[in-house]
Amino acid sequence: MTCTEFLALLDELIDGTVGAETRKQLEEHLGGCAHCTVTLNTTRKTIEVYRSNELYELPKSVRDRLHQAILARCKNGC
Amino acid sequence: MATIQVTGESEQHPDVALVASAVAGDVQAFEKLIRKYDRQIFRIAQHITQNREDAEDVVQDAFLKAYEKLSQFQGNSKFYTWLVRIAVNESLMRLRKRRTGKMVSIDEDIETDEGSVPRDLADWSPNPEQNYTQTELAKILRKTIQGLPQGFRVVFVLRDVDGLSTEETAEMLGLSVPAVKSRLLRARLQLRERLSRYFRSKKAGEK
Repeated sequence: MTCTEFLALLDELIDGTVGAETRKQLEEHLGGCAHCTVTLNTTRKTIEVYRSNELYELPKSVRDRLHQAILARCKNGC
Repeated sequence: MATIQVTGESEQHPDVALVASAVAGDVQAFEKLIRKYDRQIFRIAQHITQNREDAEDVVQDAFLKAYEKLSQFQGNSKFYTWLVRIAVNESLMRLRKRRTGKMVSIDEDIETDEGSVPRDLADWSPNPEQNYTQTELAKILRKTIQGLPQGFRVVFVLRDVDGLSTEETAEMLGLSVPAVKSRLLRARLQLRERLSRYFRSKKAGEK
């Protein structure tokens, strides 16, 4: 397996949707390729860091104001 | 062929009952739906419009439009999928207004060349986020994702931050499944490469 072939399957490996046979080939490639190992680990970390940090908070005061505005219009039949 | 999973009657999605009550005139049921999804809608709108005021307006307009059209909602797709689709369209409309009528689509800024092979192959230090305060880290993450083409950004947020499936994301954005897959890979790789500027482990003597 080449690095390009590995990369084409990177998402499926991360998302856990590869079959057993393909997974074995991917793992064999990883065993001998430091570049792809780094790419896999740091891509996983990228996803994790975005998933665990909320970038755009919606403060309670803004939420309340939006809810009131929406509901007021819903009650009037929009 | 991709399909949207349809839940059986015995395991009906809780939103179905809330939607039915709201259609029957129960505004409190609709309020529950707002409380459940407003933050996600705001996040998606903010990632598309890159403007806080616009994103707040999108939350309001998307829920109002959903309420108006609730009786047309087809129970065979998830309420949230339908709602995001409305919010994406509202967000694009806001962008268009800001750019005085210039066409805006989810395909904007997408390069067609396959330039996604990683170049920076330095490993990251363990738990690199710990080198920054929460505020610094959020700033870095915002700056990094803002540099991505809009069509990549939205796919990444729906798939990886919201945790939606490829099929759901495709339906929300009106894209094909292969298009979502291709954008997700390139979004992940581009974000990774951009974050490497901050997270790569420094070797001795490196500036």
